[in-house]
Amino acid sequence: MTTAQTIAARVADTAPRLAPRLFDYWRTVARRTWRGFIFTNFLMPFLYLASMGVGLGHFVNNGSGASALGGVTYLSFVAPGLLATTALQTAVFESTYPVMGGFKWHRVYFSMAASPLRPADIVAGQLVWTGCQVFLACGVFTAVIAAFGGLVNWWGALLAVGVAILVGLAHGAPITGLSSRLKDETGFSLIFRLGLMPMMLFSGAFFPVSQLPTAIAWLAYLTPIWHGVDLTRHLTLGTATFWPSIGHVAYLLAWIAFGWFYAVRGFERRLTQ
Amino acid sequence: MTSASADSSSLDPRPVMIEAVGLRKSYGAFEAVKGIDVAVHRGEAFGFLGPNGAGKSSTMRMIAAVSPVTSGSLTILDMDPATQGSEIRARIGVCPQEDSLDNELRVHENLVVYGRYFGLSRKVASERADELLAFVQLTERAKVPVEALSGGMKRRLTIARSLINQPDLLLLDEPTTGLDPQARHQLWDRLFRLKQQGVTLVLTTHYMDEAEQLCDRLVVMDHGLIVAEGSPPQLIAEHSTREVTELRFGVGEHEAMAPKVEDLAERVEVLPDRLLLYTDDGEASAAKVYERGLEPLSSLVRRSTLEDVFLRLTGRSLID
Repeated sequence: MTTAQTIAARVADTAPRLAPRLFDYWRTVARRTWRGFIFTNFLMPFLYLASMGVGLGHFVNNGSGASALGGVTYLSFVAPGLLATTALQTAVFESTYPVMGGFKWHRVYFSMAASPLRPADIVAGQLVWTGCQVFLACGVFTAVIAAFGGLVNWWGALLAVGVAILVGLAHGAPITGLSSRLKDETGFSLIFRLGLMPMMLFSGAFFPVSQLPTAIAWLAYLTPIWHGVDLTRHLTLGTATFWPSIGHVAYLLAWIAFGWFYAVRGFERRLTQ
Repeated sequence: MTSASADSSSLDPRPVMIEAVGLRKSYGAFEAVKGIDVAVHRGEAFGFLGPNGAGKSSTMRMIAAVSPVTSGSLTILDMDPATQGSEIRARIGVCPQEDSLDNELRVHENLVVYGRYFGLSRKVASERADELLAFVQLTERAKVPVEALSGGMKRRLTIARSLINQPDLLLLDEPTTGLDPQARHQLWDRLFRLKQQGVTLVLTTHYMDEAEQLCDRLVVMDHGLIVAEGSPPQLIAEHSTREVTELRFGVGEHEAMAPKVEDLAERVEVLPDRLLLYTDDGEASAAKVYERGLEPLSSLVRRSTLEDVFLRLTGRSLID
């Protein structure tokens, strides 16, 4: 066999064409998790919006913050930020313990790997599932924002739910890759405390990043979550413009592409030792 | 490998299902499989016998087209696992050492979900699941969550699952390890039926009785190499005597007793708890032991087994 043939075979192996065969597996997972999922995903938006949008918003709107927000209420400002960070949290949760479980505890990935499915198919199934979770969680969140009166632009809000999937996968795909390389779960608390929390706090979800010292602001601009928050906010406020939006989407897609290859490689290494 | 058995394998007119030449597997600096030659033919029940760490499981993982070959050549069903892994896996069944069943699903669902990985329609997967559950005697448990099954039932379910794609080749990695004697016999019975149906079986085991029960032909592996090959009777004839006299003396006396009986057998093996006298007439040897005034606590004459072959070839027993 020539090197060219080997390379061709390798490239074919990264196209997840058999992934639809995993539909019934994920359907069974959905069937056993939907109750808890619905409960938390209706409850969380209420708690967030009531405490931050309404409670904290009361101080911001009546204080010096109002001018920095450019004339919108704090509820309308923070709601899209919360939407984007919900996408991030949902995706990261699905990409940590459940992925490790597939290798370590219930080992379902190994039984998948014994079938014609290839690592790329298995990763695709996992990420599509994550995307669905993000879509549902953020769909519910958007409905709750509307109920609170926090939506300025309805069409933008619908697009924002689509963007939420990109935001989720831009974090979920690389973390899935990372989880496939971790030997035990102690690494996750580092990811949550040193990665996730600072990223969310400085993502621009709760206050404009421009309020930060320039150097820190630029760090924030590098994170995919900032791009997600900024785009989501412009969409729900109806202030989105074409090229900056394309730039945000491209940046999120770049992270998804990186995460995809990183995860496929990680699954290959773990499943084909 | 002995030349006689190599000839018997290459003369087999049935098509070759697995062919390995100079097959090696390394994990970093550790070499688990150090160059083995194997050919398995259609309809054969072929075994890899050896202690833990002999390289059996590594070999099986390469044959299952999940673990890449380090060097040497491997052909499975006329395909190359490096480029056609997915196509190979579509036509083989794998029963792994550790059950990887979905504990939260019901028995029948487990089979259907797994069948879908092979591209079966829900209808076909469900029909086959019914048939296979009947075959492994789990029909009454179809609606039960897997968690509620006993170890033996789980293993039978895993075997049913590995048959969902009607494989040309069934790979079983230590199929009865950890099962109680009754469950083992039940499983052997099912595997024997599969063999009679013409399914090619490849299994690893460290139980010599399992190998003798199930395998038409086997290789003995030790430290990543094949140290003998043949049918169970062939291996016993070549590497052991017809009978064995086992003598049990007091604790710690065995080493000292060995020279006193050395001339009564072709070979004497000293184990921590007994002496093994390899001889063609075990009763005669036992009688002479007593004639000499030696008084073992117990003596037993039995036929040679693969365990004796293994002991002869490696100087160790199979299960340490």
